[in-house]
Parts: sequence; structure tokens; C-alpha cells
Amino acid sequence: MSTYTDPYAASRETTEGTVFSVTGGDWDSLVTEIGQAKEERVVVNMGPQHPSTHGVLRLVLELEGETVTEVRCGIGYLHTGIEKNIEYRNWTQGVTFVTRMDYLSPLFNEAAYCLGVEKLLGITNDVPERATVIRVLMMELNRISSHMVALGTGALELGALSPMIFCFREREKVLDIFELISGLRMNMAYIRPGGVQQDLPAGALAKIRATVKDLRHSFKDNENLLVGNSIWMKRTEGIGYLDLAGATTLGVTGPVLRSTGLPWDLRKMQPYCGYENYNFDVITADTCDVYGRFLIRVNELEQSLRIIEQAVDKLEKLEGAPVMVADKKIAWPAQLALGGDGLGNSLDHIREIMGTSMESLIHHFKLVTEGFRVPAGQVYTAIESPRGELGAHVVSDGGTRPFRVHFREPSFNNLQSTSAMCEGSMVADIIGAVASIDPVMGGVDR
Amino acid sequence: MSSDNGMFGAQGSGDTSGYGGLVRTAASTGSSERPYGSYFDSVTDDLERAYPDFADAIERVVVDRGELTLHIKVSRLVEVSMILRDKLKFEMCLGVSGVNYPDDKGRELHAVYPLLSMTNNQRIRLEVSVPDSNPHIPSLVEVWAGNNWNERETFDMFGIIFDGHPGLTRILMPDDWQGHPQRKDYALGGISVEYKGATTPAPDERRSYR
Repeated sequence: MSTYTDPYAASRETTEGTVFSVTGGDWDSLVTEIGQAKEERVVVNMGPQHPSTHGVLRLVLELEGETVTEVRCGIGYLHTGIEKNIEYRNWTQGVTFVTRMDYLSPLFNEAAYCLGVEKLLGITNDVPERATVIRVLMMELNRISSHMVALGTGALELGALSPMIFCFREREKVLDIFELISGLRMNMAYIRPGGVQQDLPAGALAKIRATVKDLRHSFKDNENLLVGNSIWMKRTEGIGYLDLAGATTLGVTGPVLRSTGLPWDLRKMQPYCGYENYNFDVITADTCDVYGRFLIRVNELEQSLRIIEQAVDKLEKLEGAPVMVADKKIAWPAQLALGGDGLGNSLDHIREIMGTSMESLIHHFKLVTEGFRVPAGQVYTAIESPRGELGAHVVSDGGTRPFRVHFREPSFNNLQSTSAMCEGSMVADIIGAVASIDPVMGGVDR
Repeated sequence: MSSDNGMFGAQGSGDTSGYGGLVRTAASTGSSERPYGSYFDSVTDDLERAYPDFADAIERVVVDRGELTLHIKVSRLVEVSMILRDKLKFEMCLGVSGVNYPDDKGRELHAVYPLLSMTNNQRIRLEVSVPDSNPHIPSLVEVWAGNNWNERETFDMFGIIFDGHPGLTRILMPDDWQGHPQRKDYALGGISVEYKGATTPAPDERRSYR
């Protein structure tokens, strides 16, 4: 053992063996000390605050030299108790909570939850078509912004900086559309039980059309950087292998499942929100590795653009149609719109409840403070989020608040496969494998 | 399953409206009658053929809102799951979701397993219930390895003990946490917030409209 104390790499004896605490700085003393140890086996704690672990994820690695013999994930650092909190708010307020689970795909969380609530209410077929098409439009835009982060940070974690800059630039364009439509860039609580919060503002469709054209062009730049790039392929080909049998038993879905060659996409297999009316292809790869998952995400971008174009066409034909269910006992009373004064208010509605109709005021008050009741029962609704099957198990006891809402999060289930993907590989390949799963810790921990 | 007094759920407010005497009971969904509709008849028929003890193991078959739920005796859960996986091709289990029904005496804790068959493009749901006093359910990790973390989460949140799980420890809450947060008797907590002289109570202490 060394005779002096290095402030960055102190060691101490425990019953498990010598424990080294490395926090940065000079590694020389650590290397010298480890060299004196008799066995090659080293247990390394990576994270939870590590720039390459895709969020606050802690990985406990057991190494033999550079080879990983065991990987264990430590999660829970972003646990926020959303599923508990939801039980203390009414059904509509629940949207505001679930949107914050997987913060890269807020609209998918909202959609899964709202489809569940609508199924419990029995109003699935009463949701106006315009609202459904807007949901599809927003979800596909969201899929692009989510894949942009997956591809950008994935490349960054393997040491490629430029794709990250490009991907975040494209993502910004999508977030601008979200801001135009909902007022917020993320966590927008835009999809509500019964429809969507408000109609598209004037000029939104034209802006989306322009952005789609722009994105299609920019994606080409991006592809040119990595697809077929020999350095990129050396870091990703054959890495993070997980075949179909492994994916199935581990409950892995989304791009990781499709990288095994199985074209399983809920939008095609069990369509919701009218996805059967859109033309698009399910992208697969047959390599079961990080490169295959990367290619799937790259190619899914084009499919999302195709769906967005078709949705815009549909919306042009549905101009002026309602975006909220007709039942006034469920629909939020006011269609709030951003006024010239920058405040979200509907002057017509205020005039009605304050000046002309006492009943409207009572109705507004009851619905906003008390909320609507949902018949008792339970449902499970699943949608295809950018990461796989996002399921919402929604239970009602007949009250104005959810009795229990559980999210089957694709990040949570897919992250479990880290051990299967990484054991036996090199340390450096763990980064690529975890990035290809694309876990979002907000969704994992909820 | 549960019942509520009064109309607005407000307690101790000296309600003079007369609605305070109302008692509303939420109806419990009973067993469904055949035909179940959709592919549910063929799934239950196949299961009955493949599993001779069907009548004893399956407590209730519920079809509600276009979804099939099989309520299973806890002791039979692993057997039925094996047959569903191997014979009926339900290759994927999408986790386990705990639900706490404090008013369902003797069956306070429920575990709900959504299953997916990719071969046949079908979904069903298994549900088991155990009393609060003896919250033991056999683990399904041997059947679907992916249930590992999901069972740890349900243990963490509800205190359901999955017998046979390879390492049943807390997963989201810290290891030394007391209690199981998703149970209904576990308070949400929170502090009231004062702003410009007015105080907003913590979410679980606000007036609620049940």
C-alpha cells in the first residue's frame, strides 16, 4: 500500500477486499496500488453521475482486466412518486403528472393515459377525428425529437461530437412546433381525456410543412456522418447483442426488439388513434446489435415524416372540426387560447360564465374543482412509444380521482437487458449498448 | 368494492344540504357470462383443454371493456403461467402492477399481469389477490425473466413478497426505507405552502370530492 494519502484516490481495507475511491485527478497512485493486488478481479462503480450513462444511472461492473464479467444496474435516483401523486388529483390533472415521466416523449405518456381514461369512460369512439389526427401528428413529431436525442447523445457517448450538435439543432425545430401549438416545449399536458387541450393556431400547418421539408433535408446531412462510417461501425457492429428469444423473455420492445428482425410495431399490429389509415413501413434490422438499432432509429425518422405529411393533409380537410368530445360533462369548459395580452384565456367563455349564465358558472366550477367521475374498472392501453411498448394500467373505483395508475415503461423493461447485452464484452462497449437501449431515467424511475 | 358517504366527499364540514346521508357503493364486476366475444372464447377454451385443473385454478373470468381478465388462485399462478407461455404462446409478460384495495377484506393486495402473445396478436390479463396479513405470491421470474425488476418494484411499492425471486430487494426507494409507498394507508405527505398570506394545504389534506 502507498505510504501517502492521495486526496483523489484513497484506499481502505474492508471485509470484501481493498476499496479504492476514485474521484478524478491523478490516476498514477491508483494504478500502482491495483498493480499490487493479487487478483485481476475489480469491481467498478460507474455513475450515478457519469457523463456516459445516459442519465442518473448507476452501473456496478465486475471486471477481469478489460472484460466485464457482471453488470448490475442501480436505478431509482430519479424516482418522483408520480404514480402515487396522481391518486390525489382529478383525472384531468393526471395528464400533467404523467407527461413528466419520460420527459423525452411527453406526448406518448399523455396519449397512453388518455386512451386508458377514455376506454374506462367508454368514449373511445366519441373522440373527434380532428383531435385523433392532431394526436398522431404530435406523437410522430415527438418521435422525431426523441430519436434525435437518442441518436445525438448515443453518438456523443461514443465520442462523436458533431452528430450531437446536428441532432439537437433538428430537435429544436420540432420543439418550436410544440411551442407554437401547445405553448410549451416539453411536458405540455396537451392531450387531455376526450381530445386535445386546444386547436392548432393559425399558420401551424404551413409551418409544419416547411419544417418537414427542412428536416428531411437535414436528416441526410446527419446520416452521411454516421451511416457506413468505419469508426462508428467498429464501435457499434456486433456490440450489445440480444437475440429474439432474449428480447422476448426479458420483455424488451421497440427498436431493440425490431433489431432482431421481428417487425413488431403496435402502430401496425394493434392500431390505435387510427394508425391503420396511414401509410408507413415498420423498420427492422437483423443484426441484433447497436448498429442495427441505430439504423432503425435513423430510418424511422423518414417514416414519421411520412405520417406527419399524411396527418397534415387530413387536418386541412378537417379545418374547423371540434377537438374535444361533445359531452360537456367531460370536456374542459373553456378552449383557452393565447390572447394578445399574452394570457391564456377565452374571453367569450369568461363573458358567458361571468355575465350571462349562472348555470355555466356552476358547471365550470363543478367540473374544474371536482372533475368528472369515471366508472369503476380497470384497463390496460398500450401504444408504441419511441422506446417500445408504453402501457398504462388505469384503475378507477368510480371516483373523481384515479384509484391507481401504473405505467409499463419501455425504458424500465429494456434497461433490464443491460446485463444480458454486456456481460462478456469490453468495458467501453457498455456505453454503446446502454445508449442503444435509449433508456430515459425519468421513465425508468417515475 | 368500495363505498362512499355523502355526495361531495367533504368530511366534518357540517353539511346541511341533506346529501350527506347518501351512500354510494361502487359495483364490483362479477364473473362474465359466455360468450365472451372476440378471441376470448377461444383463448379460454384452449386453456381449459391444455390445463385440466382450469375450473379449480381460475376463480373468475371477467370480460370488461374489451379486455379479458383471468382471476387465478395464488397457489396455481406458476402452473397456469407456464401453460399460457408454452401452449398458448403468450411469450411476453409486460410486468406486474400492484393494486391495493383496502376495502376488499382478505384480498387487499392484487397483482395484475398483462400478457401479450406476439404469435397470435392477443392480449389477456392475469390477476391474483392476497390478504394484507400474508402477502406472498410465487415469483414468475422463472417463467418470464423480464418480470425480475417489475416484481422488485411491486415489492418496493406494495410489500408483496414474491417467493422464489432471485433477489427481492427495493429498486426505486432507498434500501433502508420504511413502509411501502403505494399502499393506500401510506400518507402522501407534503407541507402546506404560504403565499401572500394565503395558505394552500398539502395535496392529501385538501378537500376532496370523492
